[in-house]
Amino acid sequence: MATDTHETSTLAAVPGNGAGVSKPVFGEINKYDFRTESPAIFKARRGLSRDIVNQISEMKKEPAWMRDFRLKSLEIFESKPMPHWGGRIGVNFEDIYYYLKPTEQQGKTWDDVPDEIKKTFDRLGIPEAERKFLAGVKAQFESEVVYGSLQEDLAKKGVIFTDTDTAVREHPDLLREYFGKIIPPSDNKFAALNSAVWSGGSFIYVPKGVSIEFPLQAYFRINAENMGQFERTLIVVDEGAHVHYVEGCTAPMYSTESLHSAVVEIVVKKHGRCRYTTIQNWANNIYNLVTKRAMAYEGALMEWIDGNLGSQLTMKYPAVYMMEPGARGEILSIAFASAGQHQDAGAKLVHAAPHTSGRIVSKSISKNGGRSSYRGLVKVEPGARKSKSSVVCDALILDDKSRSDTYPYIEIEEQDVSIGHEASVSKIGEEQLFYLTSRGLSEAEASAMIVGGFIEPLVKELPMEYAVEMNKLIELQMEGSVG
Amino acid sequence: MTSQHPEKLIIQDLHVAVEEREILKGVNLEIGRGEVHALMGPNGSGKSTLGYAIMGHPSYEVTSGSIEIVEADGNRRDILAMEPDERARAGLFLAFQRPMAIPGVRVADFLRHAVSNVRNPERKEGQELVPMKEFRGELKAKMAELQMDTDFARRYVNDGFSGGEMKRAEILQLAMLAPRFAVLDETDSGLDADAVRLASESIARIGGADMGILIITHHEQLLEHNIPLKTHVMLGGRIVESGGPELAAELHKRGYERIRASYPEAAAAEEAMAAEAAATA
Repeated sequence: MATDTHETSTLAAVPGNGAGVSKPVFGEINKYDFRTESPAIFKARRGLSRDIVNQISEMKKEPAWMRDFRLKSLEIFESKPMPHWGGRIGVNFEDIYYYLKPTEQQGKTWDDVPDEIKKTFDRLGIPEAERKFLAGVKAQFESEVVYGSLQEDLAKKGVIFTDTDTAVREHPDLLREYFGKIIPPSDNKFAALNSAVWSGGSFIYVPKGVSIEFPLQAYFRINAENMGQFERTLIVVDEGAHVHYVEGCTAPMYSTESLHSAVVEIVVKKHGRCRYTTIQNWANNIYNLVTKRAMAYEGALMEWIDGNLGSQLTMKYPAVYMMEPGARGEILSIAFASAGQHQDAGAKLVHAAPHTSGRIVSKSISKNGGRSSYRGLVKVEPGARKSKSSVVCDALILDDKSRSDTYPYIEIEEQDVSIGHEASVSKIGEEQLFYLTSRGLSEAEASAMIVGGFIEPLVKELPMEYAVEMNKLIELQMEGSVG
Repeated sequence: MTSQHPEKLIIQDLHVAVEEREILKGVNLEIGRGEVHALMGPNGSGKSTLGYAIMGHPSYEVTSGSIEIVEADGNRRDILAMEPDERARAGLFLAFQRPMAIPGVRVADFLRHAVSNVRNPERKEGQELVPMKEFRGELKAKMAELQMDTDFARRYVNDGFSGGEMKRAEILQLAMLAPRFAVLDETDSGLDADAVRLASESIARIGGADMGILIITHHEQLLEHNIPLKTHVMLGGRIVESGGPELAAELHKRGYERIRASYPEAAAAEEAMAAEAAATA
């Protein structure tokens, strides 16, 4: 790979080259370009108000504390300005439906799931995936989880894996202890919005010492025009426990703008381990503005693996707050920006205790006028002695129209630390392309192969079916990209 | 259908420039399928340039002349009009002197794509690859013949390979792709004596009577099992002399003094090219 720049320990932004973002082009990924008719049972009015929030809470038969939490969050949302950095957020909050409920009740078995919804999942390959690989499936369709299954032995071990709405009803004390505590509504405008209108998402509790060897999975998609999706996930990994949660998402395409704004809160207690894997492939019109944060306690390990494809604008910076000595945080991020797409993705590591260590590896690809930005923060609090952090971000730019920027923020308030930062920007080398094409590969195949190789170190961390899907998505993104 | 013609690679009066500097100044060469030719000459005389031009490297601009394949039916195919991948699909191959590393791409995955395209020249992106089981079996057998460890297929293409591993990987690709005409650019450099012998035997076995091979080399060991029908000497961007295997032996023993003395014009061109290259470096 022809590396144009290579720098160490910089606080400055690396200016991108090439032109800015061009108009969205639809039809590039057409694999998921379909929609099924879905009879939504209740559709709230467009727009946002106390009435709507009250209505959502009432529909869900929520306790007063949750309703009050929502209403307070709405006030915070209304009082907060839009973020003034990142990308242009062209969302009209009055045009969005804040709640849809596709079925009266959550399906208990696959047979109970309505045919329309099954058809959608069939086309996404979910049932096979479940049979082959998955132990528990939580599939979110529109705003609520419509299908869930959990292996019995997990239940016997005391593991809770349910949708968050159910958890409000069935595990109120446990949920309330953490809900909104890791990411308070006041954190940012979109966290506040989610807190006001959230629906669906997963709640997972893994009791002390319980290790779940297979990944738990949620798979969901947006399927209503102009519909915001505000799922809310909370994962609590108790002392010495271990879980890997996989969230996947493909979205069909629409011609009007749509908003996805999730909140994911995770607590990993002493010597616990949690890995959270996301592959998101949003339609080109989606604003994907997500807040994800984990608190890791003594000797705990939190890993985020975050793959971002599609969307008009993604702003997402999974964070690990290392709260006690020995806590570790690892964040692997892949972003692919094509025409009309801006991936403003990155990570945050906060060292709040001594002897904590963190690592960020970011790989971004920009093509066909796409723009990808790495935005990352490494913060070392006073007293967090002997902390170690390393950040490696590599950007691959496939043509002169595309752009890549790096915004690494490093705030260190302690002397005795070791922090490293490396950034590289590459273009696909002519020599590599020639080597591969001289063996009979078309230029598009050769480019796809080089790109696939570029992200391979991250893809190999994915569960197998996700690795396969990731590679397929990259191939689709690369098709017709050359010439 | 006319009578059967011998398939040939024909290069006529080929002029090639890199960044507007002329490197090849009129090369003529004819290689029949099944023939082995050796190409020798001092460094910088244009040997690798000829390989790149045959394969269609975008930085190597053909300013005049032609490269054609004469098919068995007598038709001539214009190679210069083809993209590199089309040339590979037409049965051309270049073993690189310095193969490129492709990090993250496994040898087996890369070769399966290459084999699929070369064996089915009409294949489009996204269409079926050669069946995995069949491909794996073949790859394993070819690797065994080349005394390569099976782990090799899982490694990233040329990434962290030793010089010898790279060259063996090139021979493996030659074996799997089975081209009609191959240029082997210093496939012996960086190899020890045993490895050169193995390479020489392997190339002879792979080539057989089906392949036209142009071996670019500074030594004769690689030719031990590949006795060239003709040896060509390149100097200053031209083939100045052609002979039999004894010419390769002479050049290997005595160097290029006699050649330079016999072809003063080419020797002058060589000096001018070297000076120009030094000035632009």
